[in-house]
Amino acid sequence: MEAFYAGTLGVMVASGVYLLLRARVFPVVMGLTLISYAVNLFIFSMGRLGTDTVAVVGSSETMGDPLPQALVLTAIVIGFAMTAFTVVLALRSMGEVGTDHVDGQEPRA
Amino acid sequence: MALALIIALPFIGAVLPLLLERYGRSACAFGAGVGPLVALIMVLGRWEPVFDGQAEIVTLPWLPELGLNLSLRLDGLGFLFALMILGIGLLVILYARYYLAKTEPMGRFFAYFLMFMGSMLGLVLSENLLLMLMFWELTSLSSFLLIGFWGHQSDARRGARMSLAITGGGGLALLAGILLLGNIVGSFELSDVIAAGGTIRAHALYPVTLILILLGAFTKSAQFPFHFWLPQAMAAPTPVSAFLHSATMVKAGVFLLARLYPALSDSEWWFYLVSLTGLATLLVGAVMALFQHDLKGLLAYSTISHLGLITLLFGLDSPQGAVAGIFHIINHATFKASLFMAAGIIDHETGTRDMRRINGMWRFMPHTAVLAIVASLAMAGVPLLNGFLSKEMFFAETLEQHLLGSFYWAIPVAATIAGVFSVAYSLRFIHDVFFNGDPIDLPKYPPHEPARYMKIPVEILVLICLLVGMLPVYTVAPLLDAAVFASLNGVVPPYSLAIWHGLSLPLYMSLIALGGGILVYSARKWLFRWYDGLPSVDSLHMFERVVSALSAGAAFVSQLLENRSQQRYLTLLLLSTLIPVVVALAPLDSLTGTVALSPLDPFTVAGMAILAVTSILTVIFHRIRLVALMILSGAGLMVALAFARFSAPDLALTQLSVEMVSMILLMLVLFFIPDRTPAESSSLRGTRDLLLAGGMGTLVAILAYAVMTRPYDSIASFFLENSVPGGGGKNVVNVILVDFRGFDTLGEISVLAIAAVGIAAMLKGLRLPHPIFDYMGRPWSRDSHPMILGVLARLLLPMALMVSAFIFLRGHNLPGGGFIAGLITAVALIAQYISLGSAWSEARKPFAYPALAGAGVMTAGLTGLGSWAFGRPFLTSAFGHFHLPVAGDFELATAMLFDLGVYLTVVGATMLMLASLGPLGRGTETAAKEIH
Repeated sequence: MEAFYAGTLGVMVASGVYLLLRARVFPVVMGLTLISYAVNLFIFSMGRLGTDTVAVVGSSETMGDPLPQALVLTAIVIGFAMTAFTVVLALRSMGEVGTDHVDGQEPRA
Repeated sequence: MALALIIALPFIGAVLPLLLERYGRSACAFGAGVGPLVALIMVLGRWEPVFDGQAEIVTLPWLPELGLNLSLRLDGLGFLFALMILGIGLLVILYARYYLAKTEPMGRFFAYFLMFMGSMLGLVLSENLLLMLMFWELTSLSSFLLIGFWGHQSDARRGARMSLAITGGGGLALLAGILLLGNIVGSFELSDVIAAGGTIRAHALYPVTLILILLGAFTKSAQFPFHFWLPQAMAAPTPVSAFLHSATMVKAGVFLLARLYPALSDSEWWFYLVSLTGLATLLVGAVMALFQHDLKGLLAYSTISHLGLITLLFGLDSPQGAVAGIFHIINHATFKASLFMAAGIIDHETGTRDMRRINGMWRFMPHTAVLAIVASLAMAGVPLLNGFLSKEMFFAETLEQHLLGSFYWAIPVAATIAGVFSVAYSLRFIHDVFFNGDPIDLPKYPPHEPARYMKIPVEILVLICLLVGMLPVYTVAPLLDAAVFASLNGVVPPYSLAIWHGLSLPLYMSLIALGGGILVYSARKWLFRWYDGLPSVDSLHMFERVVSALSAGAAFVSQLLENRSQQRYLTLLLLSTLIPVVVALAPLDSLTGTVALSPLDPFTVAGMAILAVTSILTVIFHRIRLVALMILSGAGLMVALAFARFSAPDLALTQLSVEMVSMILLMLVLFFIPDRTPAESSSLRGTRDLLLAGGMGTLVAILAYAVMTRPYDSIASFFLENSVPGGGGKNVVNVILVDFRGFDTLGEISVLAIAAVGIAAMLKGLRLPHPIFDYMGRPWSRDSHPMILGVLARLLLPMALMVSAFIFLRGHNLPGGGFIAGLITAVALIAQYISLGSAWSEARKPFAYPALAGAGVMTAGLTGLGSWAFGRPFLTSAFGHFHLPVAGDFELATAMLFDLGVYLTVVGATMLMLASLGPLGRGTETAAKEIH
């Protein structure tokens, strides 16, 4: 399972990075979102993948590592705030300069 | 601490001239003199222990971990230099009072001057080498201000810049050298370094260390080939030259040679590097000095030559050489300072420094002429003057060394040639200026004697030249003894200060120099013609060319890295993360670790496959934005399922609710921006990005796989064991968030609130045009708020709120908590906005969202502060168990209050972000309709 999980992470990161390198804001934001999915899964996996190891006392025999989970939980929320901030920044800059190109100006033809 | 006060006095005193400036120039100069005068008295008061060979050392730890201490040292060498700095400094202050014009900002001048003086004092009185280096750099900086004092003149600005670049660059080399030295010795304290000469010389890094330190000393002391900054620095006001370029700044380099002599000398490296550099400088300076037509230029090259002489003496690697070197430091300081002052008087009274025009000054200013002539004769090394004594010692030392093998004679011969030119340029200074016919076309005519007090400093210095020259044993001997004792670490070699040594070879060398000098000077017309025929080397021009080439190079590199293209930046950034990870992973023997893989099950594999495929599809469809967004949300849902599958229900719930909120956000944004991405990537860029993306993906996969298959040691057991007894909650993830690492969470909700406020601020006043058609040319639906949806959403709201209350309450013991509950509430509220319109919802909202977010952060913060009231550290929690019917056994903890803060912040911030986007297109709708 670990190999499969790692491979999926790789595909997500590769897709995210490719989108991150596009010239328009919206694909970049989608790339960021994909990368943050992957990063959250990655950090989560540092506590290892377990089945029936919910970190609630008394609910299961063995409990998983709760620390990466706590970190990822806040990361998800902060990631949303970051995405929101980025797109709104892009909106504002579109309102100011009239283009959604990441450099704030249309490429020279 | 008196030593620290001595150094501090000039710095403190720098305020006085600024304050007293308005009361006239004399008051200003007097104010400038107070600090140095007190310091001088304090230094002189310590003559007894110093002359007994004791070193006063005080140490105050500053950053002992780095070896940096505020430790100071007053021994013979420091005493000598402090005396020169303060004594000559005071004379220069008196001189500058009359030199500077009424219109010039004298307060500022003296403030800079005193800053320089204090830095120089710190430099010579430091026991810690790092502290010394700090003062060393301070002298470079303050001398920059002084040289560039006449900032309206371009040559002053350029000269200042050049001297800063050269001496500052040397300071960097010195820093590296001193760090190496401290590393070899294990201490930066001078006493330890001096005692460790053997260790240093035996160390493999000795040559590097030596070269770096010498680079610092040579640039500061204007040694060939770094000598060219000194003549350019002559653009400074003459008092500055008299102080910096005779007695202090340029002497810092040779001071360093004297200071570190026991630690670094006595090796072939030292001998060849120091003596040959000194020899070259001695010759170049002496010859060039003769051909300068500028009065101060002549003195500048002569200074270079004398500094070369001192360096050569230290390089000869014999104790007597060091004695002669230190003696010449004293003598040179006295006669050169007085000569600079005399040159300044002539410049001041005639309005020019060109020796081809200044002639016959004897008639106009006989008093000044006598003083200048005596000082020049001392410079030439004429008997009964101080210059003669040290020069005689110098000649004797050049005969003593045998280090060049069968070419041992080269050094004495070269020294004699330099002596010949030294006599020649001294003669020129005397004859060309004070005799040699009548002045030609002077800007100020007729010149006359300067103010009485302007000559006093010159007189004092010339008197010292005479006294030392005639009665050395009764004047300079104890001072020299003490300085030598300190410099050579307690050894004073036998030496003689007698004026008459009998008819010896050094005396003949002196006589040859005198006779040869007269001959060379009388042949000056031919020599000048020969010199004019040489290709001229404009060092300033060359230096500026080097500087502009450097800055062009820097601009080129910046352009490569920083071309205002975000795609370029990101590519470079990703590449520079890629490479270190590859390097770090390369030594790994096998990717798979020792931990067995967990078994595959078809559902999970299918889920993972969907996740991978949706990621790829997002890329494939990324140019049709809405479609790509839909696919992306599929990926987000699969991520939530993955969390659920691998036993993290809290994460699954959070991911699910965040996913909804962010999709709504992105769709809202999509409404205002083009819904298609143009195809504009070239094939090359596409390929490059694909390769980079593939590389990053592969690395992350490898990394994740390698880590997951290896055993690990976790601190998880602490949290698992202490969650119930310490935090009173069974859901360990939630207890970590609100209790164990509550401070982190407090930071995080603050960031969330700040981001939301930032978003609201950015959107304020922004109006974006409402699109009328979609990309297919179909008009947007006007039926924006369908009735059924509206009714359902209103029905849903109370239920959703109840669910979120339930999730919130159980959060401490079962999956749930403030974050998740807050997001559920936000989603329910957003549903109202979507189905009923933002205007309708805004009108009915009970709270302002910024206030809600702020109240949340405040609740969490106050909960933390509350524990202070019970004498506990910030964010300590207390708890107790309660039973409610239906909801069951639950527990009330202060952590829950904290979680309430989290809940409020999440609701407030999320709603603020989304609701601010609503009114964005309002107001443009009507306009759009009209066009339609």
